[in-house]
Amino acid sequence: MEDTLKLGGREFHARFILGSGKYSLSLIEAAVQYAGAEIITLAVRRANTQEHENILDYIPKGVTLLPNTSGARNAQEAVRIARLARELGCGDFVKIEIMRDTKYLLPDNAETIKATEILAKEGFVVMPYMYPDLNAARDLVNAGAASVMPLAAPIGSNKGLATRDFIQILIDEIDLPVIVDAGIGRPSQACEAMEMGAAAVMCNTALATAGDLPAMAEAFRKAVEAGRSAYLSGLGRVLERGGAPSDTLTGFLHD
Amino acid sequence: MDEQYFIDSANLTEAQRKRKHTLENDPASRRSHMEFLPGMEQIDPTLRETVLAEMNAYDPAQYTALDVQRALSHADERCSLEEFKALLSPAAAPFLEQMAQKASLVTQRHFGNTVYLFTPLYIANYCENYCVYCGFNCYNDIRRMQLTPEQIEHEMQVIAESGMEEILILTGESRAKSSIEYIGEACKLARKYFRLVGIEIYPVNTDEYRYLHECGVDYVTVFQETYDADRYEQLHLAGHKRVFPYRFEAQERALLGGMRGIACSALLGLSDFRKDALATGLHACLLQKKYPHAEISLSCPRLRPIVNNDKIRPQDVGEKELCQVLCAYRMFLPFAGITVSSRESASFRNGIVKIAATKISAGVSTGIGDHEEKYTGKQDGESGDGQFEIDDSRSLSRMYTDLEQEGLQPVLNEYLYV
Repeated sequence: MEDTLKLGGREFHARFILGSGKYSLSLIEAAVQYAGAEIITLAVRRANTQEHENILDYIPKGVTLLPNTSGARNAQEAVRIARLARELGCGDFVKIEIMRDTKYLLPDNAETIKATEILAKEGFVVMPYMYPDLNAARDLVNAGAASVMPLAAPIGSNKGLATRDFIQILIDEIDLPVIVDAGIGRPSQACEAMEMGAAAVMCNTALATAGDLPAMAEAFRKAVEAGRSAYLSGLGRVLERGGAPSDTLTGFLHD
Repeated sequence: MDEQYFIDSANLTEAQRKRKHTLENDPASRRSHMEFLPGMEQIDPTLRETVLAEMNAYDPAQYTALDVQRALSHADERCSLEEFKALLSPAAAPFLEQMAQKASLVTQRHFGNTVYLFTPLYIANYCENYCVYCGFNCYNDIRRMQLTPEQIEHEMQVIAESGMEEILILTGESRAKSSIEYIGEACKLARKYFRLVGIEIYPVNTDEYRYLHECGVDYVTVFQETYDADRYEQLHLAGHKRVFPYRFEAQERALLGGMRGIACSALLGLSDFRKDALATGLHACLLQKKYPHAEISLSCPRLRPIVNNDKIRPQDVGEKELCQVLCAYRMFLPFAGITVSSRESASFRNGIVKIAATKISAGVSTGIGDHEEKYTGKQDGESGDGQFEIDDSRSLSRMYTDLEQEGLQPVLNEYLYV
């Protein structure tokens, strides 16, 4: 059976989701191509422009838009931004981002659950950005989320899987796709998240701050693919100490 | 000590001249700068007291190269208040390039290569204050003007046609001439033409900020000028602006009134710029801590020549010192927006957006009602004099192209009024 990522009744082959902020609009097309991305996020507030250039005009055809609600400080604002995204023609996918802290940009899980419930009922494919908390993730499932998107580390920090153990718990316990979002700084970290069983990885700053953006996009694509293959093939066990002899010491015993 | 600021005009009456000279020469003739006037709201002073205590205890001379190196040695973004002080100290001057390198990485991580663009629109230059260094001061003989709603709309149309989507509305500080309702109407008009509306007006009470927020404003900038209360007293000789604590608490009242973001600033060159920079950064930091949802930004203007006085200079704050301050701001507040105004030269602004600044103005005029003349060359009426002389007069389209050529992504708007 083909290995695809299923979201909102759609199937995707690529498991690397690309961010579109923090770098030149003219690089978006190359980033999408080298990353092999089929989904790209964009801030609705960034698309709220008309006179000069609009980021929407730079996104290649055929790529699924995942508008996010950044700038929302509570559920009500997120809902309004999501509806605006739909009006702007961004489709039914929405990534909920609700932050009440401008320093670390950590998501507010409680408000995110409320917004998820409202938007899921309105037919949105809701992908909530969240702090990896199992109870909140279960509530998001019940609220109608299409996936959960736990953070690896604060947005833009490039710190990698700081919440590794808690993301693993979500992967083990939640039946929806678990997409690791925020904080992934290098391809090896993206690979590790995929080895753990994440359904996909999303990145922005790691690419935006790279010396050669398209080349880094390609590196991430390969890392995500490698991690996925490793996960599907079943990783070997890890020995904490010593080696494992292939011949046992008790093999001579007959009964 | 401040004679370089003082200028008399032949148009002052004898009584006015006498009053002015008394204010300048006799401190006892001036009202207390620490006492609130009737009608001025008082809020919890803890934040103000904390900032001022830290600033007063700060001795920039006691920091050494070792302290600076320690501040620069972190691989991550942590920068304590002590390290911020070291980065602002004279000991950091030899490390300017290293500071810029590190600040640049921090800026990139938080903002990528994006640079936001905005333009200021002065709608009135009437002022009731005597701030000795300011072109709008009530004793300065300038052409005064206040735009009518029709004129405001016309100016906005001209600016909007250039493609600008963010506007900062400014007035001189005269409640009598530029009432809250007058400013509110201007903000409602601005919402028609722009996606983002900010104000830089005289400080007001929480309920008035709430009213302006309902008129479409989400960002409030207030320049404290200097955080050194004694120096503030010597420079702001008369008018409501003289009340130091009321001005200090303006940003907090704005947030209490529902504004999304605020900007803090000291006008560098009025007092010890290192102490002023420390206070500005700490003020912003503590506001974010108390109101975690607030969007925080910093402006960092230097003194400029004004109409009738071209001798005003930022004294000991050269471009290198300004750059040092901006790098220190960036390391202490990695998430904060930093605005660099057209007071600075094009070459400085081109350089600093790659290090620390995230927002710059374009198509600027600090005069009243002269955007059309500036944008189209068409002169169709009178205009009011500007607050200070600008240096970088690039238009929006020129700025846009220049930024792109520097490898940066100009952004005209990233905001929704919700």
